[in-house]
Amino acid sequence: MTRPAETGQHADASDREVFTPSALERRKKIKETIAQYVFLAMTLSLVVPVFAILGYILVQAWPVLSLSFIWENPRDFMTAGGLWAPLVGTFFLVLISLLVAAPVGILAGVYLNEYAGDNWLTRIVNLAVVNLAGVPSIVHALFGVGAFVLFAGMGRSLLAASCTLAVMTLPVIITSTREALAAVPMTFREACWNLGASRWQTIRTIVLPNSISGILTGVILQVSRAAGETAPILFTGAVFFTPIPDHGWESFLPYGLGDRCMALSMHLFTLSTQVRGVSDELQYGTAFVLIALVLLVNSLSIGLRTYLRSRKRW
Amino acid sequence: MIRQDRVRIERVVSGLRRWGVPGVAIAMVCGLLASGAGCGGRSASSPDNHIVIPVEGSDTMVNVAQAWAETYHWKHPEVSVQVLGGGSGVGIASLIDGNCDMANSSRQMKPDEIQKVEAAHGAKPTETVVGYDALAVYVHKSNPVETVSLDQLAEIYGWDGKLTRWSQVDPKHRWNEGDAIVRVSRQAGCGTYSYFREAVLGKKRDFKLGSVDQSGSKAVVALVSRTPNAIGYSGMGYQTPEVKMLRVSPLVGQPGVAPTAGNAKNGSYPITRPLLIYTAGEPAGPVRDYLDWILSAEGQTVVRELGYVSLDEHE
Amino acid sequence: MSDLPSISGSPAPAPRRPERRTFSVLALVEPLIEWTIRLCGWSAILFVAAIFFFVFREAAPVLFGELDLREFFTSQNWIPSSEIRPQYGILALLIGTLSVTGLAMLLAVPLGLGAAVYLSEFCGGTLREVLKVVIELLAAIPSIVWGFVGYMVIGPVLIHVTGAAVGINLLNGGIILALMSVPVIVSVGEDALKAVPDSYREAAVALGASRWEIVYRVLFPAAKNGLLAAVLLGVGRAIGETMAVLMATGHAVQIPTSLLDPIRTLTATVAAELGDVVAGGTHYRVLFVIGLALFAVSFVVNLTADLAVKGVRSDKTG
Repeated sequence: MTRPAETGQHADASDREVFTPSALERRKKIKETIAQYVFLAMTLSLVVPVFAILGYILVQAWPVLSLSFIWENPRDFMTAGGLWAPLVGTFFLVLISLLVAAPVGILAGVYLNEYAGDNWLTRIVNLAVVNLAGVPSIVHALFGVGAFVLFAGMGRSLLAASCTLAVMTLPVIITSTREALAAVPMTFREACWNLGASRWQTIRTIVLPNSISGILTGVILQVSRAAGETAPILFTGAVFFTPIPDHGWESFLPYGLGDRCMALSMHLFTLSTQVRGVSDELQYGTAFVLIALVLLVNSLSIGLRTYLRSRKRW
Repeated sequence: MIRQDRVRIERVVSGLRRWGVPGVAIAMVCGLLASGAGCGGRSASSPDNHIVIPVEGSDTMVNVAQAWAETYHWKHPEVSVQVLGGGSGVGIASLIDGNCDMANSSRQMKPDEIQKVEAAHGAKPTETVVGYDALAVYVHKSNPVETVSLDQLAEIYGWDGKLTRWSQVDPKHRWNEGDAIVRVSRQAGCGTYSYFREAVLGKKRDFKLGSVDQSGSKAVVALVSRTPNAIGYSGMGYQTPEVKMLRVSPLVGQPGVAPTAGNAKNGSYPITRPLLIYTAGEPAGPVRDYLDWILSAEGQTVVRELGYVSLDEHE
Repeated sequence: MSDLPSISGSPAPAPRRPERRTFSVLALVEPLIEWTIRLCGWSAILFVAAIFFFVFREAAPVLFGELDLREFFTSQNWIPSSEIRPQYGILALLIGTLSVTGLAMLLAVPLGLGAAVYLSEFCGGTLREVLKVVIELLAAIPSIVWGFVGYMVIGPVLIHVTGAAVGINLLNGGIILALMSVPVIVSVGEDALKAVPDSYREAAVALGASRWEIVYRVLFPAAKNGLLAAVLLGVGRAIGETMAVLMATGHAVQIPTSLLDPIRTLTATVAAELGDVVAGGTHYRVLFVIGLALFAVSFVVNLTADLAVKGVRSDKTG
């Protein structure tokens, strides 16, 4: 009905008809705007309460937060003082679980991405990884008690708790290694093979170094997960209280592998359910330090991921 | 010459870059293992001078145990007492398994547990009384009830108990609609739970299901302080300003007795229990020293400071 | 090679080393390395099997022995330390787990899917990156902190707002679990929506659809397997949660009659009582039976989610 607009001609009423929304289009536009705002509200209803809760914790914890809170040991029957012993305990738990889980996880990711064929065995391995990720943390605790504390004879110790945490965080490392390796283009590998390198040589010299940042991202995620878990260490090695030196080099290395240790997550649990006379601020302070620790480590991981994405050379 | 030096330096630097981080990690692990060899070990008789005494058991006693551990460590820095709570059952179970040297318990050991210790360690367990605790009945401070009798407590907490509303407990006061009693209890198997069942319900009666079971003595009081219609039982040392301790009378109509150190001492408060420490066989060595210190004036001062009844008060 | 004239100042090139020696070392070592890698790859299967084996080993004597399975599943009396007759009925615990998970999903699925839709369809650029980071940080908050929040913060609020008798109850647990499982639903759901090819969207736009119509007419049906997987993974997360529900649900053995009743879940029961039991006793083994049940449930949920996602992949290639 309308003439196509020719160059040099002014738009007239019939042209305007094309670009004016009809009633149907107006309704659709309204629905779309409503939908957009509804979905935005849904997203905000998740985000806002969390910020509110975190803000409330920070406000309640404010009186006790200071550098000495982190540096001091708990004193006065755990009703005052700081978090040094639990922090050190959590640090060593995470470090040892990392040393156990990282090699196995990275090599497993290498296997899944580089060596595994497209057959039923690979499918089962993938399924096992997904299942391992979904096992409830209390079942990990039961496994830790059955396998490490009792069967392997480690008793309740730092080693048993770390091994339990290692098994728990293994899937994270495997998955992120696999993704990081998959991100390395096939052409890199093909070029290597063309030069006569074997598969392992290719992986060692080209693939792994190029994916190291992605692997690190996964390892850092493992750290944050291991630092926050309570159930697996509750029965395998964490303890209500153990005195450690306040200063000197021994306060940095107070726990042997066979010792039981304090841990930050367990400390929060005992402060809120068992310790007598502890102020609310101290409990909130402990919760805040735990959240801050985990969020800090996670932000590191996210930052690393963004950095490596921007630095990709292919 | 200079070029060869430079090449050498470059090799060293690149080697450091490659092996620096793993090297530090390995060094830390070695340090950990070394310290593990040094101060690890769960037995109290390790060759060098750092001694570890693992203590597990009653939640009621966990705070006084921690206080003892902390105070003892100041006096004897070479001894580390590791305290774990979890319940009297935990401690006794660990004693049987050999995972701890001393088990705190707020209840007596059962005959089958004694047998198991004998089977595992070749000696009967030694029981040491280290203090006394009056098990207080807590209600919210706004609750007008002042006294409760043992029978009423049994009817509130016990199986097929008939008291479910506060208006049944204290008909004289005018209660509003929502006066259902919220029972706060402890997890099954812990010493306080067993002791309350034995002393109040009678051993052959179970707890009524549906009580809000908390994981620690302090948690019971904390919950009661936040819940106006709650009633809960916990050690008398856990009192806070937001709760009120009820007087307990042995029979309905008799005057109630308040849970104080004095009443626990003279036996007029009906629910008083000894705080016990069990060892496998006679304690010896560092464990004996620690136990002796607990029974001494210093250890008992700590007991009093935490709100329990010390041995010399209870005679 | 060695008779090349050397440039003044630089050393003569080193004679070529024989290659054979290096090759033989590599030939020895490389299969060893490859087998190590293979074993590590199969370690995931090993660990899953080991978890099943060790839990089953502790549970077996009572599972095939004195545990009355009918009473186990149908009785609501969980009285394991009774002096009269220990009863191991998990009906109340099972209903507690199912009800708190159901409530959490009721809250989390609409909000989570809505947020996933918003992030993938309506949102752009910086806001999207920021929101994704926030949701990821939400996922990182440890479960003990969530339990603490439920116990200290939401409990009193609930008493104040709803006049509940106890602040830690089914509703408290449901809210906390919803907040915990939302990040899983959002991230997996968003991946599922992003996986729908753009050609679908472009075709819909060409037919005159608005963005909202694209979402519910095109994307939801196309991504339904992925969205189902997202929901299932959220369910898996909620069922397996331990410390948060231990502190936030009130831990009471009863079948709830209202949202404000305290309840107890299977996971919290194991966590609270595992420390109190004598190793090898009946109570101890029954707790491992519960652990076995939890493992089985999470296995089934994860298997279904995996099959759903596989269904997506096979649809795409078809």
